[in-house]
Amino acid sequence: MIATIRSFIIPVGSVIFASLIGGIVLFLSGSDPIEAYAALLKGAFGSMTSITRTLVKATPLMMNGLAVAFAFKAGLFNIGTQGQFIFGAFAASVAGFFIQGVPPVFHIFLALIAGGIAGGVYGAFQGALKAYSGAHEVITGIMCNYIAINITDYLVNHPFRDTSPGNIVARTPLILETSYLPDIEGIPGGFLISLLSAVLVWWVLKHMVLGFEINTVGAGPDAARYSGMRVQRILLITMLISGTLAGLGGALEIQGVEHRFQPGFHTGLGFEGITIALLGRVHPFGIIPASVLIGAMKAGANMMQFSAGVESEIIDIIQALLLFFVTAEVFFKKMIPGMRWQKGEKLSLRAGWGGKV
Amino acid sequence: MITASKAKTDSKDRIFFFLSGILLLSIILYSYWISPLVTVAILTSSLRQSTPLALGALCGLICERSGVMNIGIEGQMLLAAFFGFLVNVWTGSLLLGVISGIAAGMLAGIIFALMTVSMKMDQIICGTIVNLLAAGLTGYFYPTGINATGKLKAYSFPFLSELPLVGPVLFRVSPIVFSTIILVFLVHFLLFFTQWGLRTRAVGEYPRAADTMGINANIVRFYNIIIGGFFAGLAGAFLSLEAVGVFERGMTNGRGFIALAVMIFGKWTPIGAWGAALLFGLALAVQTQLQFDQVLSIPHQFTGMLPYLITIIVLAIFIKRNRPPGSLGVPYEKK
Repeated sequence: MIATIRSFIIPVGSVIFASLIGGIVLFLSGSDPIEAYAALLKGAFGSMTSITRTLVKATPLMMNGLAVAFAFKAGLFNIGTQGQFIFGAFAASVAGFFIQGVPPVFHIFLALIAGGIAGGVYGAFQGALKAYSGAHEVITGIMCNYIAINITDYLVNHPFRDTSPGNIVARTPLILETSYLPDIEGIPGGFLISLLSAVLVWWVLKHMVLGFEINTVGAGPDAARYSGMRVQRILLITMLISGTLAGLGGALEIQGVEHRFQPGFHTGLGFEGITIALLGRVHPFGIIPASVLIGAMKAGANMMQFSAGVESEIIDIIQALLLFFVTAEVFFKKMIPGMRWQKGEKLSLRAGWGGKV
Repeated sequence: MITASKAKTDSKDRIFFFLSGILLLSIILYSYWISPLVTVAILTSSLRQSTPLALGALCGLICERSGVMNIGIEGQMLLAAFFGFLVNVWTGSLLLGVISGIAAGMLAGIIFALMTVSMKMDQIICGTIVNLLAAGLTGYFYPTGINATGKLKAYSFPFLSELPLVGPVLFRVSPIVFSTIILVFLVHFLLFFTQWGLRTRAVGEYPRAADTMGINANIVRFYNIIIGGFFAGLAGAFLSLEAVGVFERGMTNGRGFIALAVMIFGKWTPIGAWGAALLFGLALAVQTQLQFDQVLSIPHQFTGMLPYLITIIVLAIFIKRNRPPGSLGVPYEKK
């Protein structure tokens, strides 16, 4: 019970502190923080359309948060979710306009699967680099993000460019309507699928042998190896699944919102995934409210810019502060008397460059 | 046993690097003989391209030699590029711009050090926070409609710049490119031949032993991170005040991360990292030149991702061969 309360105190406290400091930044730069936050809230939850917008914004965030959290469990820091997301989105959009003459429901799933596979393969590539060469996944992940941006930029400019008359922008053709994700009872279909993914991730981690193995590797690869687990293979599979989640996120974004792939789409999403995974205490069910929160910030940012005249980049600053407060346990230990940490609650990733996996 | 086999591989490596160095030098001399102008252009460009990477690698290795893994170099560079540019615009002084760029890099270093050393937070997350904060701050305060007020110009050394090949490449250079070369050798000397260097390496390899000898591991780490910030700051100032002349959002483009690969490729030594940075720079410069001469007609997206691909390949091949400092990434807690 106490542990449950505590697992709420840190995220909630982090949100409060990060917004306070964000408010100070707003004040110092000559804006009215109360007006800005009011506009933000109104833009995020003020009406039915804005709530839908919040859920739509939360969808890719949740998928990326889940991807990051899943890799965290094995001690891996998947910062390459951005690249996996982009490849997933691209593959889904290609499947969306290339495959023709299949029934609607079937087409939706085909495109989703294409996105998942593209992201998963790219994630597995980074996992293989980590497992078999020892190259640190943070550096290779960021490099892979740049590579994914470049490759899709090329593909969109040349082989898959929208050649419809009058188009001068580099983008793919619109996907067919048979692959559009429908809204169910007013709730975006993509959001429902991401909720389902959260439950699935929780199930895999809690009730499957693979989940147990992943957790063991995350707790200590040496112990896992001595108990006979094939650590390298588990790392590879972890990154495969993590990449699949991110790629699926990309597919949801294409099929639910954008309906075509355009370069420069969702930059910085990988970092947001990390913030969300940590804000949700690396638990699938914690990630749901965390992604709705960040999604609300993104949904309200436009309104804030429009009616309070505040640059939407303030959101990035608040997110960095959030990440800080969520990780800075020491801070809360000092702030709240009687707050003591139990073993295993402190977050720590595999240290060093990991030459000896 | 371990030392003997290590010495053997070291001498093998030395011969390998010596021979490839001679080969590279003869290729350069040959191409200079064929077409001096193009060769000078390529070498100058590779020196310029290597500068931010070498400086970033110096920041990385000063931190890592004392056991701190700094992936926030990218953010430090970005903040430095931003503040250097702003101060230059406000005061009209490039020198003040460079100084405040360096100060911004060091300030970001202090924030990073407070999180990693004082609060013992996970180092990778701390680096991510620095990067995120830098992107957010420079994006939020991004000035619109500011005109650039020029950039650092190349300086020609009297007599020396008249020399063939070496003259225009090494002695007709802009100030930060030139100071980088000096700084590389300075840091190499400091790291391997002074008390500070010995303390740094001791803390990085085995902090408990260093602690027993009366060296406060956490203090060493704290100021090393700030010293590292100096180099990251200079790299940022180079980008906005010398290479481009203006600040652009996200203008570091992953250089802070490529610098880490450069550092690993150079086996955590300043001169090695500089050599690696020069190779990176050379690869980029040759590629640009071939593209320019229309020898190659590869889409720009593919040439654009070349540095990222090289980084991955370098990491995959060299991470197992080159041994990182012993206590890398582990916060030190006194028992």
